[in-house]
Amino acid sequence: MAKDKSLKKNNNDDAKKNTPPSGFRIIWREIMHEPSARFALFIVVAILLFCFVGSLFLNKAQLTEINIMDSYDAWGVDGHIFGADEGGRDIFKLLIMGGRNSIMIGISVTLISLVVGLVIGMFAGYYGGIIDNIVMRIVDFIQIMPQFPILIVLATVIPNYNAYTLVAMISIFGWTGEARYYRSFVLAQREREYVLASKTSGSTDLQIMYREVLPNISSMLIVDIVLGVAGNIGIETGLSFIGYGLPITTPSLGTLIGYANDPTNVTTRPWLWLPATILLLIISLSINYVGRALQKAADSRQREA
Amino acid sequence: MWKTVLRRLLIMIPQLIILSIIVFALAKLMPGDPFTGLINPNTDPKELIRLKQEAGLYDPMWVQYFRWIGNLFHGDLGMSYIQKVPVTSLIASRAVNTFWLSLLTVILTYAIAVPMGITQGRYQDKWQDQAIQIFNYITFAVPGFVVYILGLWLFGYTLNWFPISGSVSANASGFFGILLSRLDHMILPAILAAIISTTVTVQYLRTGIVDNKVEDYVRTARSKGVPEKVVFNKHILRNSLLPIAAFFGNTITGLLSGSVIIETVFSYPGMGKLFIDSISQRDYTTLTALILIYGILTLIGNLLSDIIMSIVDPRIRIQ
Repeated sequence: MAKDKSLKKNNNDDAKKNTPPSGFRIIWREIMHEPSARFALFIVVAILLFCFVGSLFLNKAQLTEINIMDSYDAWGVDGHIFGADEGGRDIFKLLIMGGRNSIMIGISVTLISLVVGLVIGMFAGYYGGIIDNIVMRIVDFIQIMPQFPILIVLATVIPNYNAYTLVAMISIFGWTGEARYYRSFVLAQREREYVLASKTSGSTDLQIMYREVLPNISSMLIVDIVLGVAGNIGIETGLSFIGYGLPITTPSLGTLIGYANDPTNVTTRPWLWLPATILLLIISLSINYVGRALQKAADSRQREA
Repeated sequence: MWKTVLRRLLIMIPQLIILSIIVFALAKLMPGDPFTGLINPNTDPKELIRLKQEAGLYDPMWVQYFRWIGNLFHGDLGMSYIQKVPVTSLIASRAVNTFWLSLLTVILTYAIAVPMGITQGRYQDKWQDQAIQIFNYITFAVPGFVVYILGLWLFGYTLNWFPISGSVSANASGFFGILLSRLDHMILPAILAAIISTTVTVQYLRTGIVDNKVEDYVRTARSKGVPEKVVFNKHILRNSLLPIAAFFGNTITGLLSGSVIIETVFSYPGMGKLFIDSISQRDYTTLTALILIYGILTLIGNLLSDIIMSIVDPRIRIQ
């Protein structure tokens, strides 16, 4: 058993030695070269640490507990750094949990949409013909649906609406864009010589798709994931903002910003919504900046080749 | 040309049918029926069942679906549960407001985006280009509602430059008074929405100009001795504006789904606000009608976009 393991390890080492620096590594180097991109990446990591590590120290049950004595405490009153909301819940803690939830949902939606869209898009692009036709008609149709109003209605119609159903619902719309994107890419790769070469040497379709074509789009994948996470955080917070995203018991940055829909809160209680607004602003700007830098790096790598 | 339009219209028919089925299914999933609002402690349950039977609520689903479609063709979208007026007149009064806000937003979008795109294309890689690139990155990255909230807080509440809600003030009188008051209420949401939606247009215009600058026909024009100004305005710019025309349909659909959020933030009495209000008041007939209208308008926006594209770019015309 132990021998088996060491053998495997050796094989891995060999593989590492023989392959040229991967796309990821080149992109990483490019990012680290540019100071502004490095800064944006640093901020993204800092926010992730703030939300995810911070949430470990929070007692979730205590977080949503109502304490009317602290209702609408201002900045710094009663030990609430960012004040408290109507129910006396600490805004700073809600901010950590809300940020974590919003980022988690953004990541989940992106990954689900990506995997579904990638698999379906690759199949449609690779096989073409009737499969492609059917898939693309479905994609067309979902894309012309008014996404936002339908998501809002689904939030009211579906019983026990929670974070999981929200992720599923947003993903129903999200995969279509990915499928279209990767389909067109595979369509272009299908006729390339390396694919034909692999085919003549007897590879199955699945092997060609996942062993030959997929590595070629690895750099597109990370750009897509990073930009996708930012976009999906926007969708979730937007829905929560008008009150049809995450249920009120699950904190979200959108729900916190939604306090600004009340005129009294906007003018006299900025601590309720301003910190969340600024946090979301920083999250969107920094993640998008990293995405753009990645895009540039991936592009220049293609130009080199 | 007409073949393309006709074919595109034919594609729309199955899309409309599926859309109507989805909207009908969503409507059936919503709790309540036209009589829910009439129930009071004195209502006889048997009487209620009789009424429902007469309205055909116990009929098979497909019978109900076709009755609903039939009514649609007669322009009958039902009665609002809450307001007790026909849904059509309720929506019509709000749709006018949304139309004017959207129109102003579209005009402002192009008024901001076109000069920016031209500047970027003309001064490619100079500081002007880079400055607008930063603007583009921000408008692309920041979610719309964050901009609306911050704008409303800053320009509405803090600086008092613009009204914070509604579409017209109560004491406006006379034709011009009302017109000015309406404009006053629309200008802040329209500017903010326009800024958010400039990204794609600016980007397209920049790429178009940069690509066209090095085309052969531009060199030909220059070597013929055409003045630089004419080369830019008549040759480069005209060809670069085409993709923007094609994107017009998408701009409309984007505005429609954006109207829900912007009208909520600015309490602007349009269709989007009506949509949110009818959800919170559980006015399901209005809600169903609104989703259907949103769906149809989105379909039309896409149709428009495809048709304009085929006029602008003959290469994609279907043979």
